[in-house]
Amino acid sequence: MRKVAILGAGMIPFGRRDEDTLMDMLAVTGLKAMDDAGIGDRPIDAVYVGNMGAPILEHKTGLASALVDRLCLFPAAAESIENGPASGGSAVKNGFLAVASGYCDLVLVVGAEKMRDTIVWKGTDFVATMTHPLVEYIYGVTLPSMAGMFARLYMEKYGVTEEHLAKIAIKNHNNGLLNPYAHIHMRITLEGILHHPHAKVNNPVIASPLRFYDMCPVSDGAAAVLLGPAEMAKELKKPEIAIAGIGQATDTHALQDRDDPTDLKAVTIASQKAFAMAKLKPKDINVVQVHDAFTILEIAESEHAGFFKKGEGAKALDEGRTEIGGDIPINPDGGLKARGHPVGATGVANVVAITWQLRGEAGDFQVKKAENGFALNFGGFGNNVIATILRREA
Amino acid sequence: MFVDMELEGIMRPPDLPMPPYPPKVVTMATGQQMVIRQVGREDVPAILDAIRPTLDIERDFYDVVGARLYAELLSWQKYRAANHYCIIGQIEGILVGIVNGRMYTKDIGMSLHTMTIERGLRVGGHLFSAKMEYQIEYLDQKEVLIVAESPIGMRRFVIDFELEPRPDMPHELGGVPSNSLTKELWFKHRDRLVVGDRPVPKKLMEIAEREIITPTEQLINEKIMGEKRMRSLI
Repeated sequence: MRKVAILGAGMIPFGRRDEDTLMDMLAVTGLKAMDDAGIGDRPIDAVYVGNMGAPILEHKTGLASALVDRLCLFPAAAESIENGPASGGSAVKNGFLAVASGYCDLVLVVGAEKMRDTIVWKGTDFVATMTHPLVEYIYGVTLPSMAGMFARLYMEKYGVTEEHLAKIAIKNHNNGLLNPYAHIHMRITLEGILHHPHAKVNNPVIASPLRFYDMCPVSDGAAAVLLGPAEMAKELKKPEIAIAGIGQATDTHALQDRDDPTDLKAVTIASQKAFAMAKLKPKDINVVQVHDAFTILEIAESEHAGFFKKGEGAKALDEGRTEIGGDIPINPDGGLKARGHPVGATGVANVVAITWQLRGEAGDFQVKKAENGFALNFGGFGNNVIATILRREA
Repeated sequence: MFVDMELEGIMRPPDLPMPPYPPKVVTMATGQQMVIRQVGREDVPAILDAIRPTLDIERDFYDVVGARLYAELLSWQKYRAANHYCIIGQIEGILVGIVNGRMYTKDIGMSLHTMTIERGLRVGGHLFSAKMEYQIEYLDQKEVLIVAESPIGMRRFVIDFELEPRPDMPHELGGVPSNSLTKELWFKHRDRLVVGDRPVPKKLMEIAEREIITPTEQLINEKIMGEKRMRSLI
């Protein structure tokens, strides 16, 4: 396989983008990644679009071909990739394979989602379409309710508390304040969301034990990377950010079919594959982006990916190790909790965030001496997971 | 403007007795403290300054709410609305939200508008609860008639309080069918949805009463639309 590098990266601010269509977001973000790479008139060989909701929410299909047309990238190959909330990570992985195999030289990968045009309960129902239709969806299971049940079990098994979950939200909101691309720019306090009697209204229980501030916001947004052979980075005079490892794994569709519902096997296996390919270990990683659609997932995923022993993620949080200045910073850009979670964009956005970190371009949320970074994209409720390791080459 | 007080004596509607709403303080998610207090006619000009920029904001029906609220407060200030009251929220003196309503009769209340300037903090929810608290517990009304003009109001008020539909009862706002918050519903949901401490600490109250600080037009637009950041980064 050829060595693959991220030559360009781009993102638009996540949030509520009433004035933009999904295609506007895809096109602008794709252009940002191409401009960032400075590829001039070199041809793009393929375009991959990660998106989950357009057929349902926007009544639109064929996004990748439409994007090629919008950007006049003919005759680039075009594919839209729907893989639940892991659509973005899947698109990056497919772009990586296309370049690594030698089939393509330049591949544009864009993840985008337009979710704020839909009323909230329709949006929740749309996301729930990824659950098992016979044993979950028909009983009214939603992703927040699944996360609530998962959180309860995790708390009982590993001693995670509501205060730990609130601390994740507070950390990621603080980080989001440093990121101009984040959806939520609001500092919250432990008193205001948990300890004060008024917190019951400020931060009501949504899916016990999870509260309002344990949930990511519903966002519009897009992120893009331009992938190419590593040697092209030198030609373009860009820092070489290599995709050193990618791993993907699946788990049972229904949570009830797992031996232990708190065991996120697909996270463990995908991460192990990525580390093996990169020839790195978790201790070599300087910056981490996980898929904290719910606060409990930041703790659970970071443990399953190998950064902490099971049951020790919360302790690391208490000790400040996961903060920007800590020894294993997690979600320095605010994560899904504050940056937002436009589902099809998220997997690409995590890769863009790590790219910026390794280039030293993360601005106020820059982690010092970042050489190796880890990005996780968590689809379904852990039934389709993609782990990506990026490395800054000397 | 010249006002003939003799004529005014005939034209001004008589008000029903309305005991004052005692101020309270709510600790927000940010840890900041919001003072919720009733204001008088003399405070209307400052409040109108904050409403004026919303007349051109289509998002979430701010233009509709803004235009109607502006007219209601102006009418009240100039004695053209009966039994009207206005309650505001202030954080460090800055106006963050406005609610108003009136007594339709001695027993029936008419909820008029809820406008949030500082969004994302449940300011509107706290203020809406305050006006229901006023109408049910202090004005001793049997029910309050409510309509939602935006989907947010629909979620926050109609659904959260499980309001009873009153299709046969037109609301003053456009004659659309009303929803009702009865005393029974109020006391059913009060513990879950209503908070606030009394009395307000003296220092906080002094800051709130010293001046209603109105955010600039630009800031109001940015807070409601969240656009400045978007524009700067495309």
